[in-house]
Formats: sequence, structure tokens, C-alpha cells
Amino acid sequence: MAERKKRSEADRKIRVLVAKPGLDGHDRGAKVVARALRDAGMEVIYTGLRQTPEMIAEAALQEDVDVVGLSVLSGAHMALTPRVLELLKANGQSHVKVFVGGIVPDEDLGHLKEMGVAGIYGPGASTEDIVREIKLAVTG
Amino acid sequence: MTLTQAILKGDRLALARLLSHVENDSPQGRAALIELYPHTGRAHMIGVTGAPGTGKSSLVNQLALHYRRTEGKRIAIVAVDPSSPFSGGAVLGDRVRMRDLSGDSGVFIRSMASRGSLGGLAQSTAGLAQVFDAAGFDKILIETVGAGQGEVEVARLAHTTLVVEAPGLGDDIQAIKAGILEIADILVVNKADRPGVENTEKALRSMLELAHPVQRTFMHHGLAMSVSSPKEDTLENMWTPPILRTVALDGQGIPELAGWIARHETHLRQSGDWMVRERARLEVELETLVREELMGRFREEIPDNRYEEILERVVQKNLSPWEAVRILMNGRLN
Repeated sequence: MAERKKRSEADRKIRVLVAKPGLDGHDRGAKVVARALRDAGMEVIYTGLRQTPEMIAEAALQEDVDVVGLSVLSGAHMALTPRVLELLKANGQSHVKVFVGGIVPDEDLGHLKEMGVAGIYGPGASTEDIVREIKLAVTG
Repeated sequence: MTLTQAILKGDRLALARLLSHVENDSPQGRAALIELYPHTGRAHMIGVTGAPGTGKSSLVNQLALHYRRTEGKRIAIVAVDPSSPFSGGAVLGDRVRMRDLSGDSGVFIRSMASRGSLGGLAQSTAGLAQVFDAAGFDKILIETVGAGQGEVEVARLAHTTLVVEAPGLGDDIQAIKAGILEIADILVVNKADRPGVENTEKALRSMLELAHPVQRTFMHHGLAMSVSSPKEDTLENMWTPPILRTVALDGQGIPELAGWIARHETHLRQSGDWMVRERARLEVELETLVREELMGRFREEIPDNRYEEILERVVQKNLSPWEAVRILMNGRLN
């Protein structure tokens, strides 16, 4: 019956921007997550290494994404994340859910959540959890 | 203010939202396309196609940079990457090569997944290009998925089609096969700093020399499309695709390429081919919409269970698919 089904809003894909802000050059984690989201049926826009918050916000706008996933391994998450959130808001995209992956010390988790980060994942996080929580955050 | 008005005023967020509506073929998207239609027809659409890894994204990046620096034109980029046939998801990575363009408000890049289309573009790529056209972008660069030999759909959408090759990808037999090379208005040998560039160029050149100046028609959804002048073509006003060398990583050959793209645009306008191509494109578009509409009506008129019943008879070999179609179209069960 697949061909009989009409294209409709119900088929709308979740669009996710996976970005690496800051200066660390390790994008393996970001790629693993990008691939997992792809396999979960999402459309993932991958922007590559060393993005500024401005570049990320601009790409999020042009691509009209539902979700921005930031991968930060450099320890700069407390500087970069609020800047991205701020720029998204300034662009009228406060509906975009922001997730953070990488090395985030426990004491920062609360702060990031308060800023409005929807989910934070460290080493060993399961991609199934990430997929489930992104779907939940987008579809409500 | 409606989405459409906001777009005509240059609102980038509204533009991004509308692109999603059009991509998802939502009712708002359709309505906006209708409203925007009178504002379309100004942009020069440039298609960029070629095998995976030939450097299409990097070339588009350089071309856009060139247009921004020298002409100050507003540039839109639609970059298509494949959807997974299994999950329906996609990783769209063309922006990785286009980071030089970020921070420039005169450039708008939109990535799209092919969502099951096989012609190298997505079903709604033409719609997205129309929105960019109406929004006042001067040049629209349309990058296809990494294309093999049959993905020629971009030629019906673009005014000028670049086919990108790279050294070491195939011999002269590849070059005389039908398909992608035939749709080229400009042939680009990218990565021209690599060994083997002379051979690639030679193969392409001999392909061009073998080609007789024929009226170019190609099939789209079973429909023959002419993309040539209705006038008697003389050798003089026939366009012969140039073969250009570029190195997209450092921008070598890009000004020459831009020059040839401009020359092709002039050629299209002076020879009347511009209107011929527009007509052919719109004819196919109209045909596609009619087909979709008919399919929609068919779905409405035939209840699912009736369809299933007939399908089952076909599966059981009690009915051939051809007879099934006749029964379904007559709207009655025998």
C-alpha cells in the first residue's frame, strides 16, 4: 500500500543540524550520532568541524531545522552553548530544540538545562536514547 | 503579513519556513507557490551534476564566492543528497564544503534529501527553486546527488547544466554512453591538478567530436522533451559544450567557468532557446501535476478494500495487471 499513501504532513521528516562548535577536531561522536539519526529516519544536516555559533545559527535558520545537536569535546560548552541559544532566539527560532553531546562535567549539567538545553549526552550514551528523546522533544 | 509577502520583502526566516512547506508539499506550500508564480522567471538556474566525489559541492562553493565578489549577485544554493532507501533518513553533507559562504547574507543554502526520487533531484526541488526565484535571488545553483549515468532530470530544471568530471573515473567508452554527458552545456574537469587530466579531457573531447549536431530531446516520465531551438539549427548557432579545467579547492579556473556560464546564458537568450527550455520545463511540470491530480482522484474513487481485492487477484494470478488496470479505471469489478 506504500504507493497508495498520500504525501502529507504526517510524512514530515525531523530535520536536525549536527554541528561542531569550537576548536576541537574530534568529530567521530558527531558522525556516529548523525548516522544513528539517519537510521531513525531523520534528515541530518552535517556542517563539519570548527563552526562558530554564528555559523551554526545561520545554518539552522536556512535549513529550518527542528533540532540542533552540538558536539563539544573541548570543554568550551559553557561559552558556546548559551551563545547558540541566544542567536537562535534572536533569529526567531526559539522553538528549535538544542541538544549537547560531548564531555560535560556533572556540575555543568544543571546550568545547561536551565539555559534551555533539551538533552545532554556524555560518553557511553546510547543512540537509542538520543533518538527517542529527540523524537519526543520535537513531536511533544 | 502572509508568508508570501514576507518572502517578497526578503524575510529569511519566512523563506526558510516556506521552503519546508514546499518540500513537504503542504497546503500552505501549494498556496504560496500559486501566489509566487507571477514573480518567477527572472533567475538564471544553473545545474551542477556529476559522479560522487568529483567536487560538485566545492565547485558550487567557489562559483558562489566568485559571483559574490565580482558581481554582488544574490545566490541561492539547493544541494540534494540521497535519502536512505531503508530508513528514509539522510545525512546531508554538502554544507561542509560551503563554509566559505557562511556569514554572507547574500547567499542562502538549502540542503534537501532526495526522498526516494531517482532522477538526481528531489520531487520538490523545482518548487524550491521557484521560491528562490520569486524571492529575488539572481542565480540559483542546483547541485544534484552524486549522479551516475541516468540522472538527467536537472537538465529540465536548469537553464545551464554543468557536468563535473574528475581525472581517473572512466575511459572513452564511458564518455560515449548515453545519458549524463549529453545533458552538459558545459563540461568541467575538476581536480585538474591531478594526474590523468589530459586523458579525461581527451575522452570528453572525442565524445564531443563524435556527436552530431542533432536536436536534443530526452525522455522525462516517458515524455519526449525537446531542449533545442525550433528554428533550423545551423552549425553557427548550435552551442558546443566547452571543456574546462578547474581546481575547486583553490579556485583555479573559476573565473573562466563563470565566463562560460554567462556566455551560455547570452546564447540561450539570443537564440531563443531560453524560452524553448522554459516551455519544455513548464510542460513537464504541468504534466506531472496533472498526473498527481489524477492519481489523487483515483485514490478517492477507489476504496482501499476494492484496490486490495484486485491486487490480491493479481497476486493469485487470477488477473493480469493490465486487466486489473482496465477494471480499476472503469470503476467497476468484474
